[in-house]
Amino acid sequence: MALNMIEKNDDILKRNPGFALDIDWLKRIKMNRSALERRAKEIVTRRTVKKQYQAAWLLKAISLIDLTSLNGDDTDGRIKRLCAKAKQPVRRDILEKLRVEDLEIKPAAICIYYPFIKTALKELEGTNIPIAVVSTAFPHGLAPFATKLAEIELSVKAGAKEIDIVIERRFVLLGQWHELYQQVKAYRKAAKEAHLKTILATGELATQENIAKASLVCMMAGADFIKTSTGKEKTNANLVTSLTMVRMIRDFYERTGIKIGFKPAGGISSAKDALSYMFLMKEELGNDWLEPNLFRFGASSLLTDIERQLEHCATGRYGVDYYQPLV
Amino acid sequence: MNIKDIFINLEYGPAPEDAKRAKDWLKENGQKFSHFINGEFTKPKNLFPTTNPANGEELAKISNGTKEDIVLAVKGAKAAFNEWSALSGFERAKYLYAIARNIQKNARLFAVLETLDNGKPIRESRDADIPLAIRHFYYHAGFAQHIDNKFPDYEPIGVCGQIIPWNFPLLMLAWKIAPALAAGNTIILKPAEFTPLSALLFAQICQEIGLPKGVVNIVTGDGTTGSFIVEHEDIKKIAFTGSTKVGKIIREKTAGSNKALSLELGGKSPFLVFENADIDSAIEGVVDAIWFNQGEVCCAGSRLLVQESIYDIFIKKLKARMNKLRVGNPLDKSTDIGSLADISQVKRVQSMLAKGLKQGGTEFSAKVKIPNHGCFIAPTLISDISPSNLLFTEEIFGPIIVAMSFRTPNEAVALANNSIFGLAASIWSEDINLALDMAPKIKAGVVWINSATQFDASVGFGGYKQSGFGREGGYEGMLAYLKPKFTKQLTIQTKENKISSKKSILRKIDNIDKTAKLFIGGKQVRPDGGYCKNIYGANDQLIGQISIGNRKDIRNGVEAARKALDWGNKTTHLRAQILYYLAENLDYRKREFSARLCEMSNISPIKANKEVELSIRRLFAFAGMADKFDGKIHSPPIRAIALAMNEPIGVIGICAPNEAPLLGAISLIAPAIAMGNPIVLIPSEDKPFAMSDFYQIIETSDVPSGVINIITGEKNELSMVLAEHDGVDAIWFAGSKEQSKQIEKATIHNLKQSWVSNGLNYDWYDSKIMESDYFLTKATQVKNIWVPYGV
Repeated sequence: MALNMIEKNDDILKRNPGFALDIDWLKRIKMNRSALERRAKEIVTRRTVKKQYQAAWLLKAISLIDLTSLNGDDTDGRIKRLCAKAKQPVRRDILEKLRVEDLEIKPAAICIYYPFIKTALKELEGTNIPIAVVSTAFPHGLAPFATKLAEIELSVKAGAKEIDIVIERRFVLLGQWHELYQQVKAYRKAAKEAHLKTILATGELATQENIAKASLVCMMAGADFIKTSTGKEKTNANLVTSLTMVRMIRDFYERTGIKIGFKPAGGISSAKDALSYMFLMKEELGNDWLEPNLFRFGASSLLTDIERQLEHCATGRYGVDYYQPLV
Repeated sequence: MNIKDIFINLEYGPAPEDAKRAKDWLKENGQKFSHFINGEFTKPKNLFPTTNPANGEELAKISNGTKEDIVLAVKGAKAAFNEWSALSGFERAKYLYAIARNIQKNARLFAVLETLDNGKPIRESRDADIPLAIRHFYYHAGFAQHIDNKFPDYEPIGVCGQIIPWNFPLLMLAWKIAPALAAGNTIILKPAEFTPLSALLFAQICQEIGLPKGVVNIVTGDGTTGSFIVEHEDIKKIAFTGSTKVGKIIREKTAGSNKALSLELGGKSPFLVFENADIDSAIEGVVDAIWFNQGEVCCAGSRLLVQESIYDIFIKKLKARMNKLRVGNPLDKSTDIGSLADISQVKRVQSMLAKGLKQGGTEFSAKVKIPNHGCFIAPTLISDISPSNLLFTEEIFGPIIVAMSFRTPNEAVALANNSIFGLAASIWSEDINLALDMAPKIKAGVVWINSATQFDASVGFGGYKQSGFGREGGYEGMLAYLKPKFTKQLTIQTKENKISSKKSILRKIDNIDKTAKLFIGGKQVRPDGGYCKNIYGANDQLIGQISIGNRKDIRNGVEAARKALDWGNKTTHLRAQILYYLAENLDYRKREFSARLCEMSNISPIKANKEVELSIRRLFAFAGMADKFDGKIHSPPIRAIALAMNEPIGVIGICAPNEAPLLGAISLIAPAIAMGNPIVLIPSEDKPFAMSDFYQIIETSDVPSGVINIITGEKNELSMVLAEHDGVDAIWFAGSKEQSKQIEKATIHNLKQSWVSNGLNYDWYDSKIMESDYFLTKATQVKNIWVPYGV
C-alpha cells in the first residue's frame, strides 16, 4: 500500500451550505494546551523535505499564498507593485534552472483593502488571480452591523472574489455563540458567490477552547475558510492555534462531509515556517488541504524568503534577499 | 521523482541523516572494540559482531567480557573508590559537568551511532535520548556538589555493578552512571549485547576528560558477562534495567548477599482516556506512548482503556492516525518508527501476536509502507481485547497496542491495576478532579496526566509490583546509590537466639490461666492447626503456652490485611492519632509489659522498663512522622509539575527480631502502619508474649481491623510462607543470615521488596537510627505524577 495515497479532490468543490448552530457540539469541545504544544513542536521535527522535494514543496507554498498588503499607508502604486509580483512571483532564471516554467506558479490570490480593488483588477487582468478583500471593519470588526454588511456587498460588487471578514471577539469572550453565528451567517449571505474567510483574531481569544469553539461556530454559519489572524493582533498565527483550528476542520468534515479551508496569517515570513504549516496540514488533514482551495498563507515577505530558498535549490549557492524583486 | 511530479503528489521524499562521521569513528577504532577497564582500553578478544538492525550491516566487533575482565574491572573500581569518594563534592561535580559538556559537544555523533546500533529513528536519538542523557549528567553534577548537605546521614555504597538494556543505550547508561558517580561510587557497567557502541564512545569521553582511572569501567558482553558482575562479592550494589525474568534471576542470585539492589523491569502500562478528554490530543498521546522507540519501551502505554461512550470514535480516529505513521530507514529524518533492535525481537513479537490473536481481539495493522528487509513491524492495534488475553497481560515490547473499553472511573482503575506490572500510566481527562482522583489509585511508579512518556533527570522513575523497585532520577534516585552511615557499624550477631531445649520446672499457678491466640482481622482467633507450645522464660521456667500458627493462619492474616488496604487512604492525621493512641494505651500498662519482659528473659527490670519506655517513644515518634514524611514537588524543564508522592507499599510482612521482643516488633510495625501499610507480624519466636499481650492494646486503640495481624509460631516456617505469598507486597525480616537469604530468594515470585537484617545486630534501642527515615523509606514507594498545565 502506498504510504501517501493521493486523495481525490472530487468533493472539495462542494461549498459549505451552512448548518444549524449546535451548542451541544460546542460544549463537548476539549483542548489541552500542553498536549497541543507538544504535537505542534513535534510536527516540525517529525517531517522534513530535502533537495528536489524541498523545491517542489516551496513552489507549492507560493501557490498557496494570499499575497497581502493591508497597511494604512497603502497606495495604488504600492498595490501595482504587489500585483506585478503576483504575476511573476519567482525570478525567471530560477524557474528555468528548476525546469518548472510551465507550472506557471502564481500566488493563490492577492489580499487588499477595498479602495484598491479597481487598480488590482486592472493590473491582474488575464491572470485568473482572484482578489480577496478584507471587509467588516477590518481589523477590529466593531463598525455598525449594517455598515459591515454594506462593505461586503460593495466589495463583491467591485470585483472581489473572496471576502476576508473579522469576527467580533467579544462574542467569543462572552460565550455569545448565537450572536456570532447570526453575524457570520449574514456575512456569508452578503458575500454571495464570493468565498468567505472568517478571521478569528486568535491572539485575542484567550484560550484554545475559545478558538476551537469560534472555529466551529463560523463553520456552522457557512464559512468557506477559517483564518487565524488579521496580522494586527499582538499574537499572530502559530502552530499551536493552527493545530486547534485544523482539528476543528477535521471534526467538521468527519461530521458533515464538508471540507473547510484554513488560512494562517501574520508573522509567517520564512520558507521553513511555511513548510511547517504544510506538514501540519498534510499530517492532520491530508493532501487535499495543500491545495489553494483549502489552504492559504496570508503573507507578504514570505515570498521573498521562499524565492531565496528556491535560488539555493536551483544554484546550490545561498542568495540574498535584495536579489529577489521586491514585493 | 522530478519537481513537477512532487508538486502534484507532495510526498516527503528521502531525508537521510549523514552517517559518515559515525562510520569514520568506527573505522578509526578499527571496527574492533574492547573493554574500558581502569582507565585503559584492553585488547579486543572473544569478538562478536554488533549490527545495524535496519539493514543487517555489521558495524563493529565487540569483546565478550570474561570473568577475568570483571575481576580486573572490580579491582580497578575498588582501588579507585577511596580516592573518588573522598573527593570534595565540587571536584566530583566538575567531572560530571565535563561529561555532560562532552556528550553535548558530540551530540550528533552519539545520536547517529545510537540509531545505527539500535535502529531507533534519528529524530528520537537526536531529540530525546541524547538530550535527556546530557540533562542527566548536568542535573547530577549538582547533586555531586550538594550531597553532604542533602544527605548528611548517608555515604556512597562502594563498587556498583550496572547492567543496562538495548532500548535506550546511552540514556540508560546516563541514568545509571550519573547518580552513582554523584554519590561517590565507582562503577562497572555492562551495556547490552546488541547496543554497546555509544557506551564505548562514552568511555572515550571519560578518558578524554581525565576521569580518574577505575572510576568508570565499561565491560561489554552478553548475559554471561552480566552474571559475573552479579556474582562478584566486592560489588556492593547491583542496578539492573531489563526484563522481569532476568530481574528475578538477579534477585535470587543476590539474595542474602547484602548487596543493594535496584530493578527497573517490564511493564504493561495502562493508557486511560475518559470521555471528557481532548480526544485528538489523547490520540497523539497514544502515538508517543506506544510508537515511541518502536514500542520497545518498558513504560510504553500498551494497554489502551477508553471510556465506552467514546470508544468507537476513538478507535476510528486512532486507525486514521496510524495510517499516517512512517516506518522505515531509522536515519531518515522523516521516519516515525524505525527498526526493532534485533531479528530475535521481531520473531518474539510476531509469535506473541499470533498466539494472542488466537485468544481473541481484532487486529488492525496500519496501512503503511514497510521496508522489505530489516527488523520492521507495522504499528498494530488489537481492539476488543479481553483481560485474559496474553496480549493484555504480557509485555510485548513492540509497536503493538491493545484496546478495550471501560464504563466508570472505578472500572478503569480496576482494569488498569489488573496486571502483575506497575511501571507507568497515562490518564487523559480535562477534569482535574477526575484525573487527580485516578492518579493515586493506579498502582504505578509514574503517572502522566494528559501526557505520555515524559522523562527528566529531576523526576524519579521506577516501578511498583513486578516492574521492580528503586528509583532513577530526582532526590529519590540518589537514595538508590547511598547507604545510611550507621549500617557500616553493624556487627554480626554472635549469639543465636536459640530456644532453650532444657526441660523445665513446672509453672507456678498463681493467676488465672491465659490463652494467647492469634490476632487476625481485628479478632483474637484460635490457630487453624489447633496446636500450642510451651514457652519457657527466665531460669527455664514454663511461663505459658503460645498458639502455633500455620500457613493457613498466614493466609488468613494476609487476607485480612489486604481487606484493610484502605488504611493507606485514611488521612495521615487519623493514622497519627491511632499511633498516638497505641502509645497512650501501652503507657497505661507499662508495668505489666515490663514484668512480662522480665518473666520471658533474664533482663533486669531497669532494662525491661527501658524497652517499654522506648516502645512508647517509638510509637510516638512515628505517630509524629505519619503526617510529615510527605513527598516533593519536582520541577522538570517543561510547563508541568511532578508530584513525588510517598505512597504505602501495600501489605508488609514483618518478622520481628527474637531479641527485644516488644521494642523490636514495635520499631518495625510503627513506621509500616504510619505510612499506611497493613501488616502481618510474626513476633519473637521464643518471647512471643510481649506481642500477644499487645492484642489488647490494639483492640482498645481504634486500630481498624486487619491493619495489624499477628501470628505466633515457628518463625522460619511462617516467614517463608509470608515471603512466598503473592499478596504480600514487602517483607521485612530480622533474623539469621541464612534465613535472610532464603527469604530474599522467596521474594522472586512477585518481586516483593525486602529488608533483611542478614544476621547483623541492629540496635533497636538506638532512637536516632530507629526513629530516622530508614524504615520510612522502606515503608513507602515514590510515585511521580506529571501534571502539565496551561490554558
